[in-house]
Amino acid sequence: MSEQHIKLPEGSIEKTTTTLNLGPTHPATHGVMQNILELDGERIVSTEQTIGYIHRAFEKIAERRNLYQITPLTDRLNYCSSPINNMGWHLTCEKLLGVKTPKRVDYLRVIIMELARISDHLICNSIVGVDSGAFTGFLYVMQYRELIYEIYEEICGSRLTTNIGRIGGFERNFNDIAFTKIQKFLDEYPRVLTEFENLFNRNRIFMERTIGAGAISAERALNYGFTGPNLRAAGVDYDVRIHSPYSSYEDFQFDIPVGTTGDCYDRFLVRNQEMWQSMNIIKQAMQKLQDFKGAEADVYHADVPEYYLPEKKDVYTKMEALIWHFKIIMGEINMPAGEVYNAVEGGNGELGFYFVSDGGRTPYRLHFRRPCFIYYQAFEELTKGAMLSDAIIVMSSLNLIAGEMDA
Amino acid sequence: MALTNEHIKQRLIEKFDTEVSGFEDTYGMLSFEAPKDLNLKVLQFLYDDAELKFRFMTDLCAVHYPDQPGRELAVVYHLHNLIDNIRLRFKVFTSVAKPDVYTATALFSAANWMERETYDFYGVNFVGHPNLKRILNVDEMEYFPMRKEFPLEDQTRVDKDDEMFGRGGSMGFGTEKTEHGTIIESDKDNVGEEII
Repeated sequence: MSEQHIKLPEGSIEKTTTTLNLGPTHPATHGVMQNILELDGERIVSTEQTIGYIHRAFEKIAERRNLYQITPLTDRLNYCSSPINNMGWHLTCEKLLGVKTPKRVDYLRVIIMELARISDHLICNSIVGVDSGAFTGFLYVMQYRELIYEIYEEICGSRLTTNIGRIGGFERNFNDIAFTKIQKFLDEYPRVLTEFENLFNRNRIFMERTIGAGAISAERALNYGFTGPNLRAAGVDYDVRIHSPYSSYEDFQFDIPVGTTGDCYDRFLVRNQEMWQSMNIIKQAMQKLQDFKGAEADVYHADVPEYYLPEKKDVYTKMEALIWHFKIIMGEINMPAGEVYNAVEGGNGELGFYFVSDGGRTPYRLHFRRPCFIYYQAFEELTKGAMLSDAIIVMSSLNLIAGEMDA
Repeated sequence: MALTNEHIKQRLIEKFDTEVSGFEDTYGMLSFEAPKDLNLKVLQFLYDDAELKFRFMTDLCAVHYPDQPGRELAVVYHLHNLIDNIRLRFKVFTSVAKPDVYTATALFSAANWMERETYDFYGVNFVGHPNLKRILNVDEMEYFPMRKEFPLEDQTRVDKDDEMFGRGGSMGFGTEKTEHGTIIESDKDNVGEEII
């Protein structure tokens, strides 16, 4: 009977391998992406990735947007650390427009970027835990991501897609609640992170699941264009914050943690160490903020009326501010012609913006260098010959964010 | 001696003579172009040279310039020398009619998907690419959407009027269109009239 009703594709009986669709909507992909795995038993013979399920044509849209309208687009790249994307975009514009930001603005930006880095790494690492069967750590650190989101909320009013800051600085000064919460975070998080590390670092099950899984050598990682924690886990100490400092990162003392084997375990440890370093940077920045006295202590934006959107109360009362407000909102500011490439150290690696301006009012071409997109192509090499369960853990430990991959 | 933009420029001119051109220092980054047939030779030279060591491909993308006949598409490589920490930008131009450029996948594994993306959006045909098919758009797509012939509505156009915002173009109650096309207040009862 079955011969009549079931039509199998030709050759499927003789085929010795199994094809498995992992995704696009699989709980373990943590985003919309598809892996077509060819399995021999439980071993992976080959994989093919399909991406683009949430492609939103940001680069095309950006060609017809004013600079301030592109900021919300950058939010939606790596939405686990959108403030870094926002700041990267503002820094790119500032580089093109020749805007110099005051030191205090730089330090405020450093605080917000490092908080975003912590929230990014915290999600990634706790998800690695979830995918290897340990749910506790995930729930435990989640309340501190919530605290970080509350800090964002105090600063800009939104939580996930932050649209934080403007060209030249911030829309308003950090309020006291924000500083209190940052201090609270600095006081409480070390204890939590220590406990999180105690849960995983020497956990036998976790170690056996992650050591050796998805390992990559430094040469291959460089050839594949890895950056960020994934490259550092392979033993290359490349960090944009050190190599081409932006936003006054040169004023801070911090270490770049590196791994040796480039496997999931090393990536996990590198991210954990980076969280410690980020906290160290935030502490230094908070200290440096204390040194500003008098009028300097209230500076939160550069004095560039032609690019910095004026405060609303000034718009209603001052002619000058009203004019600039109108010109900026209507996009009537011509940019200098030129090409600029600017990169920041995103949660996942080097987040680059290649901005071509022809002297018009919108970018002529804007290209995002999206770290996720670049290292997802190494997935096949990382998982060849591994078990199916390793593929899951490699995927989460690479920190693949569909929003960043598809742009 | 630390590597400088000027030194890289000299090395490139020594090696490729007049083939490399368009040297520019844009915001601290050296930028130059070469004929598209030489792209692999230039990349290989930058990779192998004991001094230059540009062994990290940061980015690869294309730009469309419809106003430059014969060289409409630019393929832009961003390379990084991680040892001396210096970046450079290298461009090759190709015509949109025959957009064939040699693939860099043999040199950089990272170029694989970036070239697929460039093909997907600009239609640059990377000769020798192992798997040149669309990556972010659907396979059935028949055009290359990032090219400039597919414009979005320009929100910053200088000739815009209130019609763009849904005002002024249509007739509201108690308004009337004059012979010059402007809308004025009137007593005329225009209920049921066709909205322009």
